Amino acid sequence: MPAATPAVAPISPAAARRLRYRFVTSYLLKRVLAAILVMWAVATLVFFMLRAVPGDPVQAMLFDTADAHAVAVLRHKYGLDRPVYVQYGLWLWNIGHGDFGASIYGSREPVRQIISQALPRTMSLALLAFVIAMAIAVPAGIVSAVRRNSPLDHGFTLLAFLGLSMPDFWLGIVLIIIFAAHLRWLPAIGYAPPSDGFVPWLRHLILPATAIGTAFSAILARMIRSSMLEVLSADFITVARSKGLVERQVVMKHALRNALIPVITVTGIAFALLMAGAVVVENVFSIKGIGRVLIQGILNRDYPVVQGAILVVSAIFVMTNLVVDVLYTVIDPRIRLR
Amino acid sequence: MAEPIPVSEVSARVLQRRRRRPRWLKALLADRRASIGLVVLIVLVLAAVLAPYVSPANPDSMSFTMLEAPSWHHPFGTDDLGRDLLSRVIYGARVSLFVGVATVASSMLLGVVMGVLAGYYGGWLDTIIMRYIDLQWAFPNFIIAVYLVAVFGAGLSNVIIAIALAFLDDFARIARGMVLTIRELDYVEGARALGASDLRLMLRHILPNSMAPLIVQATVSVSYAILAEAGLSFLGLGVKASTPTWGLILSDGRSFITRAWWLGIFPGVAIMVTVLSINFFGDYLRDLLDVRETSTEKS
Repeated sequence: MPAATPAVAPISPAAARRLRYRFVTSYLLKRVLAAILVMWAVATLVFFMLRAVPGDPVQAMLFDTADAHAVAVLRHKYGLDRPVYVQYGLWLWNIGHGDFGASIYGSREPVRQIISQALPRTMSLALLAFVIAMAIAVPAGIVSAVRRNSPLDHGFTLLAFLGLSMPDFWLGIVLIIIFAAHLRWLPAIGYAPPSDGFVPWLRHLILPATAIGTAFSAILARMIRSSMLEVLSADFITVARSKGLVERQVVMKHALRNALIPVITVTGIAFALLMAGAVVVENVFSIKGIGRVLIQGILNRDYPVVQGAILVVSAIFVMTNLVVDVLYTVIDPRIRLR
Repeated sequence: MAEPIPVSEVSARVLQRRRRRPRWLKALLADRRASIGLVVLIVLVLAAVLAPYVSPANPDSMSFTMLEAPSWHHPFGTDDLGRDLLSRVIYGARVSLFVGVATVASSMLLGVVMGVLAGYYGGWLDTIIMRYIDLQWAFPNFIIAVYLVAVFGAGLSNVIIAIALAFLDDFARIARGMVLTIRELDYVEGARALGASDLRLMLRHILPNSMAPLIVQATVSVSYAILAEAGLSFLGLGVKASTPTWGLILSDGRSFITRAWWLGIFPGVAIMVTVLSINFFGDYLRDLLDVRETSTEKS
């Protein structure tokens, strides 16, 4: 395809590529740097906020019953008797090396171990929830756009409203009542790793994933609908139609591909929503993922675990935002690089 | 040139205009979803305010009729301690609605102050405030609320503070954007030339004209705040255990849902109906005030 006539001096395609490459690398570098800064800011906030709260973790560790000597020994052991800036420096150094300390409640298990066990569960859950949301939203969005203002479209609109108004954890409870308690088709709680086989994994995760994915599918379906409506009124669609293409091909091939571009931006929001959903829904289904680890940590005043979980969850968000930004520049070259 | 209109017809037109319904009422009556939403909300608020008079029983009084299925006597059934579920759900409306409104009011106040200051003064103040807002923007509101409750501890006031802080980024962004647009308008310049102080410009000239998108955002945020409160209560991070809240009733009933489905259904239906009504009404407000869809649909 011939390039558009440049307004200024023409440059060779190779030079244009080099220029774009330079733009992209400097953009990526900036984004990565910004992501690191955000993570540092979050880590710092977490460190100082948890230290500013009333309540002594050492006392909590000894169940508020210890004598002064035992407290002093433990304080020394964990470096809590040192100046705050030394603690902060050490802490940053340690988490920089993946050392989040050990749980101070019960097991004394290293936080890294707890998190590395929990993370695959949450990831499985979020992934399946995303697939379910897409499976609901894409057909619903297309049908609503193509059959605009039909009873079907109105029906989907109402369903989307319902999906957005339902607490995800409640939907989880309703699903348990129907599919586990009454129909007895699926297990109500627990998790089976993929190593046990695909079917047990799916059977355990399908209810929680549906509970999490429903609200997101509502947002997604509305987005696909409006995006499709916009694309369907574009000139190139009229051209495609006037070429005599069947409507099915126009919609599925020409319109959908372009309509999905803005949807990619919401995958960042998607992940955020799915993770937020996982935090609560894991507790409904007793799945020991990051969300359950975080909440149990908070309830047990287990600060190292809380810190570790918050940092890992935050890192996931920051990474997702970064990946989405990068993906977007790759998919749509028209995007302006700041 | 147009023909002069006879006086009698002028007065007839004036009268007609006066008799005509105001625009907001006409739009409301035409919008079936919004009307239903508003009626349901009024009923809910009345039920919450008049809870001692309208609930069939004391929400805390226990009895030996434990886990009884819905009946004439107990329309929503009873819980594991024999307490009337309908009464508990009615009392739960108090906490949910109060938290929803209180958090959004404080969140809006704080967020608007931050946004207006950032937008009006610009410079380093803008940089600091907006860096913070950007940082918060990167995380879902609910997760921030969980983080903050982890720091502050549970309890009614802490939950309100946590949710209010978690939601303020939306308001700050909108307020700042509006200020940046309005600040440059001629009438603001005019007021400044007449010697109006910064405070007067912000409060009397800029803020009143940025209310529409803020009101729409506030409505959306109330529904999110109610969902967030329910989620926190469900996780045991909400208001204290003796207060019946919808999230807490669901959490308490969780161990019995396989035997007593009503414990898992009715409190959730209450949450859904409330949030749905607010969303219906919010949609109407968005159309009425002509606010285009904002990109704040993260929860």
